[in-house]
Amino acid sequence: MRLEVLKTYKIYIGGKFPRTESGRYYIAENKKGDKLANVCLGSRKDFRDAVGAARTAFSDWASRAAFNRGQILYRIAEMLEGRKGQFIEELIKQDSSRVQAEKEVELSIERLIYYAGWCDKYQQVFSSVNPVASSHFNFSTPEPTGVVSIIAPQDSSLLGLVSVIAPIIVGGNTCVVLASSAKPLCAVTFAEVLHSSDVPGGVVNIITGKVPELLNWFSNHMDVNAIVYCANDKESIQKIQQNATLNMKRVLLWNHQQWPQLSSQSPYLICEAQEIKTTWHPIENIGGAKSGY
Amino acid sequence: MVEKNLAYFPDFSVSPRIDQVGIEERAARFTKRSIKKETKLNGLLLTLNMIDLTTLEGKDTVGKVQQMCYKAKHLHDAYEGLPTVAAVCVYPTMVSVAKKAVAGSGVKVASVATAFPSGQAPRDVKIRDTKYAVAEGADEIDMVISRGKFLEGEYNFVFDEIAAIKEACGSARLKVILETGELVTYDKVRRASDIAMYAGADFIKTSTGKISPAATMPVTLVMLEAIRDFYYKTGRRIAMKPAGGISKSKLALHYLVMLNEILGEAWMNNEWFRFGASSLANDVLMQIMKEKTGVYQGKDYFSLD
Repeated sequence: MRLEVLKTYKIYIGGKFPRTESGRYYIAENKKGDKLANVCLGSRKDFRDAVGAARTAFSDWASRAAFNRGQILYRIAEMLEGRKGQFIEELIKQDSSRVQAEKEVELSIERLIYYAGWCDKYQQVFSSVNPVASSHFNFSTPEPTGVVSIIAPQDSSLLGLVSVIAPIIVGGNTCVVLASSAKPLCAVTFAEVLHSSDVPGGVVNIITGKVPELLNWFSNHMDVNAIVYCANDKESIQKIQQNATLNMKRVLLWNHQQWPQLSSQSPYLICEAQEIKTTWHPIENIGGAKSGY
Repeated sequence: MVEKNLAYFPDFSVSPRIDQVGIEERAARFTKRSIKKETKLNGLLLTLNMIDLTTLEGKDTVGKVQQMCYKAKHLHDAYEGLPTVAAVCVYPTMVSVAKKAVAGSGVKVASVATAFPSGQAPRDVKIRDTKYAVAEGADEIDMVISRGKFLEGEYNFVFDEIAAIKEACGSARLKVILETGELVTYDKVRRASDIAMYAGADFIKTSTGKISPAATMPVTLVMLEAIRDFYYKTGRRIAMKPAGGISKSKLALHYLVMLNEILGEAWMNNEWFRFGASSLANDVLMQIMKEKTGVYQGKDYFSLD
């Protein structure tokens, strides 16, 4: 009989696994009241550090070839597949049945593959060539918004997390995610998956903690360009919308999504975290050729 | 016995040896202080006022220098009553441009000279370089020492060179850059500091910013202690300028803590202490605005320098 070596659940910032700056923790429990782990109770300063890391990582990630981002997303799915067992065990500890847990992990893997496929395709779908009355080409194309703060779905440990992270990073954004407070185990383990799958440090940062404490900071930071919120709490939504006016953040309310359904994976989610940029390009009139627009 | 005679010329080969482990531990302890609220705000404002806003690049243009000088005077107009920076630091050819651009604002113009950053030029060229910058209107001259000669043990050469440049400076204050990143050991940093101070430096400065590592806290601590010992020996105060690698407000506050504990309040102003930095100003401004608005700031809302 040996003692089991317990894992320390830490947060994930800039490709490293620090403990929270605040030194605080909370105990994650399941419905039966079993103590699952001591989890970092993240603070506003952890968030601030994470935004710094996300901002630093942004230019590299945004300028990668779309195809390369697709490869990396696929790689996350590969790594997740390889550690399926661990996620299933954690989900079971957090009140899932074995069947549910297996389903959730498989769906998460498939969702990553789904978005990996969209990586170099959503641009064509959402771009347009616009008719103009002069000899110019006029294009509108989606480009990454920047740093996105995400308050992940609180009722789901893994699938919800994957479903909100994937469409954000597919489009070249970087993000800071607040994981589910009640079910934080998979988020930390998922950070280890990200860490071993060619995702550059800082592209995804994962913090564990309490939503009421961090909501204000997630929505008022001036260096965050968009915020994703997945719950239905009216007061919180109002607070987010007010704070977002400070620097005109995009507010993405994904509160009617049923994450286990296939209908909740969509290129429109990618597009919502993009900015549409329009470019004018003069057409050289060679040999009297007409533009056709 | 306190030696008051400025002509006193010590044997530099017996400058104190530095305990590397001790100095690094001591420097690390300054980073453990907790500085919050009004104290932090005052520290940040003081930091702003101690900055030498610097552009030293081959691609500097008149427009770039003018823009930086504007920034020196108007750090962030959204916050009323901010101080200006202490000085702008440019190459000699840009001194007249900078001088005109900051006229009447109290911001000083510092110029690097003496074949900055390598210092590999004959002495008469260095002296002419210095005189040119002074004639163009520089209030302060940042010279580099000949590190090659210093490492060969030619201390007299280095001493004479600094003294010659000091003479060429006239009334301009002389900052002597030791380029500590090339001196390798703390012992040598201490010895170079002693030489510079006895040869007539008004400031000793860590680095050009072109070599990594630039300013670090332990190196700055060694130099501050050299200044303190020199003050006790001669009664003359020397100013300090760490330069390069200080880009975050928190680090700047750590430096101020160190300054206060080693040299005391008399040094806590921009006549006796400067930060050589270009990106520090915006970080400090962001912290100041955070204190004012309660909201973390983004760099999109602050001017480039």
